[in-house]
Amino acid sequence: MTALARARKYEPRKVPEVKVATSAMIASLAAEGYDTVSAPFGHALNAAAKDDPRIVGLSADLAKYTDLHIFAQENPDRFYQMGMAEQLLMSAAAGLAHEGFIPFATTYSVFASRRAYDFICMAIAEENLPVKIVCGLPGLTTGYGPSHQASEDLAIFRGLPNLTIIDPCDAADVTQMVPAMIAHDGPVYARLLRGKVANVIPRYKPDYRFELGRAQMIREGGDVLVVSSGIMTMRALDAAERLAKDGVDVAVLHCPTIKPLDSETILREAGKGRLLVTAENHTVVGGLGEAVAGTLLRAGVTPTFRQIGLPDQFLEAGALPTLHDMYGLSTEKVADQIKSWL
Amino acid sequence: MSQETAALPSSNPRLNVSLARRAWGIRRKALQMGEVQGQGYVGQALGVADVLAVSYFHALTLRARDPEWEGRDRFLLSIGHYAIALYAALIEADVLPENEIATYGMDDSRMPMSGMASYTPGMEITGGSLGHGLGIAVGMALGLKRKGGDQFVYNLMSDGELGEGSTWEAVMSATQWQLDNLICLVDFNNQQADGPTRAALAVGAEAPKWEAFGWFAQEVDGNDIDALVAAFDAARSHAGKGPRVIICNTLMCKGVPFLEARESNHFVRVEADEWTKALEILDQGVPA
Repeated sequence: MTALARARKYEPRKVPEVKVATSAMIASLAAEGYDTVSAPFGHALNAAAKDDPRIVGLSADLAKYTDLHIFAQENPDRFYQMGMAEQLLMSAAAGLAHEGFIPFATTYSVFASRRAYDFICMAIAEENLPVKIVCGLPGLTTGYGPSHQASEDLAIFRGLPNLTIIDPCDAADVTQMVPAMIAHDGPVYARLLRGKVANVIPRYKPDYRFELGRAQMIREGGDVLVVSSGIMTMRALDAAERLAKDGVDVAVLHCPTIKPLDSETILREAGKGRLLVTAENHTVVGGLGEAVAGTLLRAGVTPTFRQIGLPDQFLEAGALPTLHDMYGLSTEKVADQIKSWL
Repeated sequence: MSQETAALPSSNPRLNVSLARRAWGIRRKALQMGEVQGQGYVGQALGVADVLAVSYFHALTLRARDPEWEGRDRFLLSIGHYAIALYAALIEADVLPENEIATYGMDDSRMPMSGMASYTPGMEITGGSLGHGLGIAVGMALGLKRKGGDQFVYNLMSDGELGEGSTWEAVMSATQWQLDNLICLVDFNNQQADGPTRAALAVGAEAPKWEAFGWFAQEVDGNDIDALVAAFDAARSHAGKGPRVIICNTLMCKGVPFLEARESNHFVRVEADEWTKALEILDQGVPA
């Protein structure tokens, strides 16, 4: 009998010991010792909208859970509640873009990538319209199970021509990516960190500025090069601190723009003889890791290559820290994996 | 007539030509394009020609030589495979040059077999993946209201698209946002790829269905020009705050009886020697 079949069969069982209290869908990601910024996306959009009447916001019943409510409160006449209708959300955003507006359309990553794909593809990307799709719960950032875990969103979107893809690490990235998305004349998919968002990179690199299309070295190191995006840059930086105590010198190259990939920087850094580890909050299929691998192979640069990412399977429900540990995304597991490869 | 008539060449007078004659011209040009490729969705083009004639020569505000003019009414072709029909209408309306008929569907043509925004002047959107047009029209109508414009957005869709869930998301939204600047045209020819539309997912009573969703709905004989003119006028002048739909019951291959009689005419098969015959039949009844 499979585990699922056993679980579905009614029989008394010993209640497991409660380890972590919640698998709530919308809890902010634990800040893990960093300062936090509240709703950086909503506030950055408000700042940009002050001087730019082209900006409008749309959501499919998830404004509150994508921090777009901050924009809606300040700009009620520029906010469109489209209802629980993601196909319409994307089509209507395309229509507004046709009329000269810059629509920010928000929902969860699973719904944008799975449910509304054809509409993003044909109504937005094929016509290269400046619709900015900003989505909550990217990768494994909820314990709610596969219905809400967008473990393959990057794989789905990477194949789409014209679409720029951003996977921010922290509040600094989220805040600074907003004006960059507006300045870019084309469609963008951005993974969103919402609620109280950690301010990570400035601790390591105070003068850091997000630049669209550019990977940046956040930490230098001679033994290992981690190429990471999104929250995995935070985990890589934290793991690097731990590994330093064991005498392992880890460099972290933060690559928040997944597409177009900064091949030049990646190739330059990959050619320095270090173990290369990619780290992504995404299935190992079709995301940052395979994008980097393809870049390396095409250029004939072949360092020892390892991938940290989610397994190619539907993930379990549970508390996020438990799941990150289980699937190898926690700081401890990142450090362990790197060590095991040395 | 609301067309802008300034700066039009005298060789293509837009006034004093009957709508019936325009519809005839659209049918003729569609058949000519079909002949170029030896195939095409000419059944739909012949069926929808009257709707397009009334759209382009009675209802729409446009400037033929300035297809991006801000003041134009937007006309979206949700059904990309009807491109052959819209090209014929755009040529008839002098938006496209007539001598490009011979390039239809060829390499480097501005008239690919499925309609795409980046190829063709006057083609507002990339259609073809069905059920997209009405949602985009909702966004355009919202955008025009934001800008304070009084233009209409027309979305031409097919009965088959009534089967797409996204159509009904847009139907509800247009009512929610009171889009009185949105006019949806449904070409109801009851033919989709595998057979009759009504045998698939669109079972009868279409106008009451739209009315129940809050639309001002009219159902007309889509091959009756007088009825179409009345319906377009009523749709535009309707005092209500909601969106408007005209369900146009049309006959596939209208105007060429031997094609009308073909049992399966979604992608109507026309033999090489039949194109000339079809054009001859059409030419026997040139309207005044």
